[in-house]
Amino acid sequence: MSASNEALSAGGPRHWRNVVVLWLIASVIMTPIVIFVIGPGLPPGNGSVEASGQVTDNTVLLATATPVALGVLVYLGYVLWAFRERTPEVVVDGPPIRGDASVQFWWLIVTTTLVLFLAGYGTVRLLADGSGGGQGPNPIATPSVPAGGSRLVVQVVAQQWQFNYRFPGYGGVETNQIELPENTLVQFNVTSLDVIHSFWAYELGVKADANPGVNNVAYVTTKGPLTFHVRCAELCGVWHGYMFNQGQVVPKAQFAAWIAQQRVKFAPATKVLPPYSKTYFPQPLRRGG
Amino acid sequence: MSAIAVPAQAPRTGWRKLIGFNMLTGILLGIVGWLVGHWIGDRITGANVAYYSAEAGENDIAIMLGYFLGVVGFLVGLGFANYPVKRLLGHPPSLAERESEEEGLFRYFTLSTDHKVVAKQYMVGIGLFFFIAGLNAMLIRTELLQPNVHVFGANQYLTLVGMHGSMMMGTMTSGLLGPLATFLVPLMIGSRRMAFSRLSAFTFWLLMAGEVILITTIFFGGFQTGWTGYQPLGAQGTAGYDAYIGFFALVGLSMCLFGFNLVVTITTMRARGMRWSRLPIFVWGTYTTAWLMLLAAPMLIAALLMAASDRTLQTAFYIPGQGGSAYLFQNLFWVFGHPEVYILALPGMGIVLELMPVFARKPLWGYRLAVAGMLGIGFLSFFVWQHHLFVSGINADLRPFYMLSTELISLPTGFIFLCAMGTLWRGRIRLTVPMLFCLAWIFNFLWGGISGVFNSDVPSDVTTHGSFFVMAHFHYTIMGGLIFAFFAGIYYWVPKMYGLNLNERLGKIHFWTLFIAFNSTFAPLFALGFMGMPRRVVTYNPAWQGLNIWVSISAYVIGLSMLVFLFNVVWSLLIKREPASINPWNAKSIEWTVPTPVPVHDFDRIPVFDADPYPYGEPVPAGATAYAPATGSA
Repeated sequence: MSASNEALSAGGPRHWRNVVVLWLIASVIMTPIVIFVIGPGLPPGNGSVEASGQVTDNTVLLATATPVALGVLVYLGYVLWAFRERTPEVVVDGPPIRGDASVQFWWLIVTTTLVLFLAGYGTVRLLADGSGGGQGPNPIATPSVPAGGSRLVVQVVAQQWQFNYRFPGYGGVETNQIELPENTLVQFNVTSLDVIHSFWAYELGVKADANPGVNNVAYVTTKGPLTFHVRCAELCGVWHGYMFNQGQVVPKAQFAAWIAQQRVKFAPATKVLPPYSKTYFPQPLRRGG
Repeated sequence: MSAIAVPAQAPRTGWRKLIGFNMLTGILLGIVGWLVGHWIGDRITGANVAYYSAEAGENDIAIMLGYFLGVVGFLVGLGFANYPVKRLLGHPPSLAERESEEEGLFRYFTLSTDHKVVAKQYMVGIGLFFFIAGLNAMLIRTELLQPNVHVFGANQYLTLVGMHGSMMMGTMTSGLLGPLATFLVPLMIGSRRMAFSRLSAFTFWLLMAGEVILITTIFFGGFQTGWTGYQPLGAQGTAGYDAYIGFFALVGLSMCLFGFNLVVTITTMRARGMRWSRLPIFVWGTYTTAWLMLLAAPMLIAALLMAASDRTLQTAFYIPGQGGSAYLFQNLFWVFGHPEVYILALPGMGIVLELMPVFARKPLWGYRLAVAGMLGIGFLSFFVWQHHLFVSGINADLRPFYMLSTELISLPTGFIFLCAMGTLWRGRIRLTVPMLFCLAWIFNFLWGGISGVFNSDVPSDVTTHGSFFVMAHFHYTIMGGLIFAFFAGIYYWVPKMYGLNLNERLGKIHFWTLFIAFNSTFAPLFALGFMGMPRRVVTYNPAWQGLNIWVSISAYVIGLSMLVFLFNVVWSLLIKREPASINPWNAKSIEWTVPTPVPVHDFDRIPVFDADPYPYGEPVPAGATAYAPATGSA
């Protein structure tokens, strides 16, 4: 290793300085651009408290990744410019540098710090409110009801190839459209009648797999009025691509009117539905062997 | 070990060659096996099942038995039963089959135990199915040119998606190791053969049988599950899903045995002086990958056997309404599936680190760190699988652990980056075609790694999960990583493998078109995923059409650049046939000291190693015998 250090010192420091200076310049320019220009445009927007949280998370990750990516790119660009063989017709070997203990040490320290920071940050964010993700039947991260708001349980029943919504607080009525009241903590109980689907309400920042026989809970805290898209995010058979619809977040009075109207409209259907339950076991789905 | 039995009788000539054990016989016996299996299946089916089978127009038991006996027939026709039968009859053991050069081109269509022949068989076989799977990708992109006007039906489209995914995943698990490790590992460690030569041939022909089975899915209605084959969707599927099971189970078996063969070869057959600390880094990459193949593939086989038994024997491992669990398949599949993606990535890392010293004219920087990186990736890859299930509701309390373990894997990956970058530092970098592919690997894998951090972070993953973002991410790591390393390896080692030079100008055209078109195809997919486009959809929001058209056109350019490569292969290897020198890259590793083409017995004298293969810029120590020409005294 001592021989390699000598070789490194012959012109090494100048190149080092150049790379570091170029990297600093690039990072100082790019990181604020990422945070303040690109960050607010990151998905999934500010449709709900959880969605805003995901935007913050995405911004933090992108801002952390920016100097790292720039480091590799600046380095790569620099070495290709500085150390490219100018006379390729003659084969000449470079200096036999076989490693550098201090570079390796500091690389390990820096990358470990970054990784532990990201994992810690992600864990704290996740445990705060569940981040809109499906948490299984016994959620550990429960967001609190917003100030002046209320709470609503909506069951999402996925089947090939549509989503239906049941409102246990409103006589167990099942609708094929969804409207949610604003400023409300919504608890989605997601389940499936046949195969695995995934309930993805993009603008709300909610994604939870719909598994047959499993109650997968996801929380979202709505903000103001909004139109959101619901898509299936897990391949569920031939018409998977057509499994989408739209929903709305509306003022509370409007929601009350809408759900009352739905109860009347679907009253005949509600009578013959199985009683509300966390999961449903449908007819065995199988084709003969 | 050096005594190699050569068949005593002269090989048959002319059309008479076709009589005996070869690929043609194998195909014929395979067809016979299929027919017999199908016939038996129809006979033994119970009345209950027969009723449903008639309803569905297909009988899974008959189809599964057909595939099974078909594969057996194919392998028997190739001659895999001969040796065991001979041994049972008391014949003496022998190491070699069809290794003589007198057999000529015909060797490639038979069971040959020469590792160089098997490697070339792998090269052509894998190339063929790589191009078929690539063609599927072109068709997928054709469908996605328009959001609502369909070139294919929804079922056809999903079958294309599933075949593209399965075939790429299944084929490319052996994509780098099949051709390159089978050829190079024995040379690099100073051995004359793989530990189990017949097993080497067996894993190749098994893989080919599997590929053919996958293609037969189109006769049985295709399958709608994508390469992940989730249950209970698979249990619903038509008989096309049986082909998926047959294919992946055979790939799993092939992978597991191949890994076993490589582990034993590298552990036990290194020549004198080839210590672990002198092993070429490509062999280290192969070694780690081989362990992953050996340990992960059985999980896949088990999962698929249970799926097959659900479909044929009426069990209910994965049927929730009958006491089974849909989670079980997801869990088992990803216990295999996550090591699987590192099975794809690790050999690429080995190739890049192996080639960088040659073209930077410097020793590998941080050899031990690189080895630690590979072993670290291999170890951690078994503990991250539930990040594929972050929003599934399974073990939700464990998500912080899987987030941590997933992000930890970026540490050993970082080692690989550091070693590649360190090797370039103050080198004399020669931008040959293989080096361009290696440098592009760093660039592409960087974006693959960074996008991976978004998928590993649960709150971010809620947005990106199941979207085109994920698709872009793994294409950056697999296509941008594995495929670029694959081409680096091909351009670098073909002069040794085939003794012929590939055209450099065509190689550079291939590289630049591929590099630009690749990034132009997959970078916009990150944006589409961020906008909310789910994977595997046949229709999409018309607002996304502009980007989709851009992506499709770029994908066609990838296709064109592959045609440039094909043209280069045909032109350089079949038409122009310019002989390559023994060591065209002035490399210092041992495979470049043996004659070109490599003789059947590899080395006249087993070499003795006294240094690692990277003494660039270092005086070769006096009395070194490591690189003594193989043509020396015997």
